[in-house]
Amino acid sequence: MADATYTQVSDAGATTRRESRGWRDSKALKRFRRNPLAVVGLLVVLAFVLTAIFAPVITDVGRNCLRDLGLSAATQADYKNPTKAVFWRTMFAPPESCFTIPRVGFSNVPRDAETSETLLGTTSGGYDIYYGLIWGTRTAFKIGLIVVGISLLAGLIIGSLSGYIGGVFDNVLMRFTDIVISLPSLVIAMVVVMVLGNSISNIMFAIAVVAWPSYARLMRGEVLRVKEEDYVTSARALGRRSLGVIFRHVLPNAIGPLIIVASLDIGSIVLTAAALSFLGLGAQVGYADWGQMISFARDWILGPPGQPLAYWYVSFWPGVIIVLFVLGWNLLGDAFRDVLDPKSA
Amino acid sequence: MLVFIARRLVLLPVVFIGVTLAIVLLMQLLTPYQRAAAFVQSEQQIRQIDSIIQQYGLTDPWYQQYYRWMNQVLQGNLGFSRTTNEPVLTTLRNRFPATLELALLAIIPVIGVGIWLGTAAALNRDKVVDQITRVMSIVGWSLPTFVLGIWLLVIFYGALGWLQPGRISTNYLVEIAGRSGFEHYTRMLSLDALLNGRFDIFLDAIKHLILPVVTLAVVQSAQIMRVMRSSLLDALGRDYVRTARAKGLPERVVSHKHARRNALIPVITLAGFTLVGLINGVVITETIFNYPGLGQWAAASAINLDYAAVMGFALFTALMVVLANLLVDVLYGVVDPRIRYE
Repeated sequence: MADATYTQVSDAGATTRRESRGWRDSKALKRFRRNPLAVVGLLVVLAFVLTAIFAPVITDVGRNCLRDLGLSAATQADYKNPTKAVFWRTMFAPPESCFTIPRVGFSNVPRDAETSETLLGTTSGGYDIYYGLIWGTRTAFKIGLIVVGISLLAGLIIGSLSGYIGGVFDNVLMRFTDIVISLPSLVIAMVVVMVLGNSISNIMFAIAVVAWPSYARLMRGEVLRVKEEDYVTSARALGRRSLGVIFRHVLPNAIGPLIIVASLDIGSIVLTAAALSFLGLGAQVGYADWGQMISFARDWILGPPGQPLAYWYVSFWPGVIIVLFVLGWNLLGDAFRDVLDPKSA
Repeated sequence: MLVFIARRLVLLPVVFIGVTLAIVLLMQLLTPYQRAAAFVQSEQQIRQIDSIIQQYGLTDPWYQQYYRWMNQVLQGNLGFSRTTNEPVLTTLRNRFPATLELALLAIIPVIGVGIWLGTAAALNRDKVVDQITRVMSIVGWSLPTFVLGIWLLVIFYGALGWLQPGRISTNYLVEIAGRSGFEHYTRMLSLDALLNGRFDIFLDAIKHLILPVVTLAVVQSAQIMRVMRSSLLDALGRDYVRTARAKGLPERVVSHKHARRNALIPVITLAGFTLVGLINGVVITETIFNYPGLGQWAAASAINLDYAAVMGFALFTALMVVLANLLVDVLYGVVDPRIRYE
């Protein structure tokens, strides 16, 4: 008995050790680490994640936000103090008003960092550029994660049903995804947002409408592949129902690559959202949102006479942040695609 | 081949029905008043909106509405655009040439530069040229249209004052619009200027097109370049390339005749997506540069809640995409004679 236990334990240990070494030494990871651009991409994305998480720590929130957090003048520094409960609330569940950019004066003309006494200056309407960009990172991740979540779920359900049931159902659905995929995503999203009304949540819905068909197709392909595997045949021979087979056998085998593909889309999803916002279909004025911040720049391309570049900061900083964000995701995505498909390297 | 084209054209109504159905279903989310906009033909009619709701039965079930709407669309009545104050079809007709001009001029650098740099990168794999183009492509790919456009405008219009937004300088605008003998053959300004023998107008039009074209082209050409590089690398590793080299053919013939032709197939696939990307890009680019094309109109209409206009634009884009996909399929057969559509 004692012997048996001993063997089991040692066996298990050996397996874990072998597996973990295998994972660390796997060719895929090696390729990833050998690619310096991929590491840069990872670092950039990580920097944005940290910025989003620590947004309340590195910015001074506005008056409405303080009020909604229940902070008075005496306790207003509490949200930066990790020992207080309000710190964690601001960090993980801030009231919506914290996303409103505080205004430094109400002048319509942008002011640079020195005259406005802010880090990066103010844009039209006195909105603090630094605050907008930092909290805009949160908006960006919120949009990216929620859209990926919704469209992945829709894609998983519809794709697996389509692949599993097949026949006319499959055919109709796939022709439908053909149409959606072939149309310009921005135009469809534009139509949807226009009909539903301007807001961040409608933007998210609109982008999800455009995004789910490609996940559904991927999922369908996976289901078709796995369906022919022996273990599925045997599960069915054992009398399992279709849905059971999908959830127990097909889904766990297909979901990994799908999640990777979908999460790498966060960059382009945020970009589409920013583009919609830029066109004026986004959140209300003053919401911390990158697309809106760069759309302010459209009014300040020409400086006052004699100072052609006087308002450079209005277009420069939001632009840099958006480009860095997209660049980070693209570098990461590129590396992952190389890793997943060695032929394309 | 002809049979294949015919078959693809049969598919067109299917896509058309799909898109229109989606549009009508979406429109059910609107109030009857908003929906009525799609049936208004002129400004006077807007004042009788209640009778229009009555007349077109906008409170009926959606399938009846779809049937009637479809009838209108097939008769060429896409509604009235409040943004341009004219029927949607008229706006589509008037603005399409401006957008086409922009898109055609953008396609040249996209395809040309993309294929050229991609080839250069693949032939010099892992050398300096390859590294530089790789970085260029990834940076270009990451430059969103709306950021690049604004930056270019700040530099070349705001700071340097070399180029302006818009389509043509104001002093020419009057001349072109008036009856001064300037003929609008194609409604594409640069081409019309050449046909009229007016090089000053041609230069002015081109000057206005430079920034939008660059803005549109950068992202798309970066993608074509990446695909061209990897597909040429793939082709260069094939047996027939080795055979060609073993035969003693000059390297240029091997790489350009044998490998590149085969490497073009994935690039053509991507070219179909490039058109879609251009349509997305045109909406933003035209808005930034205040270029009076379809994209600017669509964006302005969306903000104006000009439903008829945006639906008309969406329908038009769908049509373009289907036709472009058809063209891509035909091109496959031209580039790769093995592909035969039976």
